[in-house]
Amino acid sequence: MSFSKLTRRGLIKTSAVAGAGLALPTYLRADAHSGFTNAPTGDTVTFGFNVPQTGPYAEEGLDELRAQELAVQHLNGEGDGGMMNTFSSKALKGNGIMGKKVTFVTGDTQTKSDAARASAKAMIEKDGAIMINGGSSSGVAVAVQGLCQEAGVIFMAGLTHSNDTTGKDKKANGFRHFFNAYMSGAALAPVLAKEYGKDRRAYHLTADYTWGWTQQESMAAATEAMGWETVNNVLTPLASTDFSSYIAPVLNSGADVLVLNHYGGNMVNSLTNAVQFDLLNKEVNGKKFEIVVPLYSELMAAGAGKNVQGVIGSMNWNWQLQDEGSKAFTKSFGEKYGRPPSNSAHTCYVQTLLYADAVERAGSFNPCAVAEALEDFDFDGMGNGPTTYRGADHQCFKDVLVMKGTENPSNEYDTLEIVEVTPRAQVEYEPDHPMFAGGDLGECNPGA
Amino acid sequence: MFGTAKRDTALLIIVAILTLFAPFLLNPFPAGSAMAQFNAGYPDLMQRFVIFGIFAIGFNILFGLTGYLSFGHAAFLGVGSYAVVWMYKLLDYNIIWGLPLAIVISGVFALMIGFISLRRSGIYFSILTLAFAQMMFAISYSDLLGRFFGTTITNGETGLQVYRSDPQVLIDSWESVPHLLGLVEMRSTYTMRLGDWSFDFNAGYYFCAVIMLLTFYLAIRIFRSPFGMMLRAVKSNQQRMNYTGLNTRPYALAAFVISGMYAGLAGGLMAAMDPLAGAERMQWTASGEVVLMTILGGAGTLIGPVLGAGFIKYFENIFSKINDNVLHSWFAFLPDGIEDFMVVIVHPFVGKGWHLTLGLMFMLVVIFLPGGLVEGGQRIARLFRRKNARNDAPDGSKTPAE
Repeated sequence: MSFSKLTRRGLIKTSAVAGAGLALPTYLRADAHSGFTNAPTGDTVTFGFNVPQTGPYAEEGLDELRAQELAVQHLNGEGDGGMMNTFSSKALKGNGIMGKKVTFVTGDTQTKSDAARASAKAMIEKDGAIMINGGSSSGVAVAVQGLCQEAGVIFMAGLTHSNDTTGKDKKANGFRHFFNAYMSGAALAPVLAKEYGKDRRAYHLTADYTWGWTQQESMAAATEAMGWETVNNVLTPLASTDFSSYIAPVLNSGADVLVLNHYGGNMVNSLTNAVQFDLLNKEVNGKKFEIVVPLYSELMAAGAGKNVQGVIGSMNWNWQLQDEGSKAFTKSFGEKYGRPPSNSAHTCYVQTLLYADAVERAGSFNPCAVAEALEDFDFDGMGNGPTTYRGADHQCFKDVLVMKGTENPSNEYDTLEIVEVTPRAQVEYEPDHPMFAGGDLGECNPGA
Repeated sequence: MFGTAKRDTALLIIVAILTLFAPFLLNPFPAGSAMAQFNAGYPDLMQRFVIFGIFAIGFNILFGLTGYLSFGHAAFLGVGSYAVVWMYKLLDYNIIWGLPLAIVISGVFALMIGFISLRRSGIYFSILTLAFAQMMFAISYSDLLGRFFGTTITNGETGLQVYRSDPQVLIDSWESVPHLLGLVEMRSTYTMRLGDWSFDFNAGYYFCAVIMLLTFYLAIRIFRSPFGMMLRAVKSNQQRMNYTGLNTRPYALAAFVISGMYAGLAGGLMAAMDPLAGAERMQWTASGEVVLMTILGGAGTLIGPVLGAGFIKYFENIFSKINDNVLHSWFAFLPDGIEDFMVVIVHPFVGKGWHLTLGLMFMLVVIFLPGGLVEGGQRIARLFRRKNARNDAPDGSKTPAE
């Protein structure tokens, strides 16, 4: 080491030079303070798409990414415009947002709160993202929503179904278009009563995290209200891959319905296990045994194969819907990627357009102005019928789909069929409903 | 100076200068340019560099000196984070309450786990630590303790967060993010623009950097102390030590607790930079990561673990963000067919494939540089010295890596 001749004088000299070097640029600085985080300065504006690209929800994440890319194209006036043509608000012109071209950066949440926050932070701090969108887990959504609140950017949640996202953990900078566990329960209960009768005994298997808990709570409340009895609720670790040991006790419990509060890989495995145990061909209490999956997705149904046949669940949106918005979106997605979009892809696409539209209507990228434009915003033509972004909790209210596994699928994408479109009025609730209580939106935070 | 030998003082000063100028060194490319992809000088990543540096320095005190390979150090990282977030929830956003508590609590946990695990050595010790860490991970991930007491302790998979409904007895109206004694907020950043370049000076980063320098200095003192010598003796031949009538376990336990406290401090700092504690940071992958950092940088050397930590965090955060769009823009100058071909070739190594690149680098380092990156540096220095005949410093080639 050449530092062996280090002297006190040498050190003082070096540090003086270093200090002067550091202080000098302070005089050269031109401060561009615009009043909010990552105000776009050039002729572009950057979105951050934070989706799981690895881990149990990677399939969902990659599909979200496809939809987000499509949304950016449509915003920039490329492609056929998709839902921008059917959207009731006509503020978007296909010339970017307020004349600025939309670009995007991507990150991998790994379906872990820590990793998701790190990648969102990188997108905000390094790439200057003005809005974060995407994700496929409520745990991650809650964590990233908290981060966006602190950093002063808007969070347009992707697939997150826990009541907590717009309940206990709601934040002023966070918005959710996707439906939630309460709505699933409210939509499913009447259909279940009609199909399976009012005197059923239900056994719940529940993924052990925020979404599973609220999903189970909502399903139990909704089914008990119409006469069902909840025999037992067993929590299963999120990382489980084999559910045989959880399924076996179901047979001896006297239950005649199994409710799988599972999602993604969990649901594929638990449903497969249940079918392997031949539950669906059993008779208990003189009734045919049934399985219910409260939250469905196309990708899960494809993973579970023919095991989903006849199983009832709920969804936010499905590509088979025949309204103009859905048809336009499914068409442009199909033309670009050669497959129909999933409901997580749909929610991310819609969220991106809604954000862009809110900016145009507000005339500013300032998160507070955007939030104001989104609050209590009524719109249509996005595939879910007339929809409202409620200002009190930043939750969208719209129709909910009750789905059923197709008995005789005609092709590989024909896995689910629509049983009923539950009208919005049936799934609405007050912002201070007990399942959503305890949270506080707080003040909108524009950051810097 | 500082009671250290000249070489160590020089090393300390080099590290100090590197951390001081990190915002410049890590942002060598102009902000708008294509190479800006490789800039690492943004606050979050710089904080991670020094925080995981602290974690690895502490781990090295145990692994590098005593040779005990712990596979459960991430547990202490998590404990430290939870301690700090709980202080936010109970008192206020001042990080000064949480950090000492993080060190103390992780020390207590390390004492308990170390007391049991150190009854065994070698692979059995590693498995015991791994088992304890996985137990703690499972407990926090499902918040079993909280369920037992009927309240939230770790808030499970969502992670522990601060809510407006929390007690926060000392809170002032202006407090909304972690700060130090009300003087400076951890996330406040001063961005300096010089032409096309932009450099971020982040308060949180400099706070962590100062703490890392202190812990680095402490590590030097431990390495050079009679205690450090005793730990090295444990590594070289524990049996012989025992036969001479010396009980080595208290030394190993002390090293375990010290490194646990380092980990707790690192975890506390993570929560001080970002007020959320997730159970994932206690998972075995996180424990394995610090082992990788230490070995990659050079186990048993002073600077090695810090280099290893920086190396891995750089890969995790920079390479993982290179997606196909970026690749296409890089190879855009090539004819279409070749462009797509190049993208296909490079694709598995970037983006979500960053683990693959890291694995290959790790293999190369372990095979060709068993002493880690530090050995690589020494070899380069030796080459340089051979050319420059006049410079025949007595140290370097013959003394062990430090």
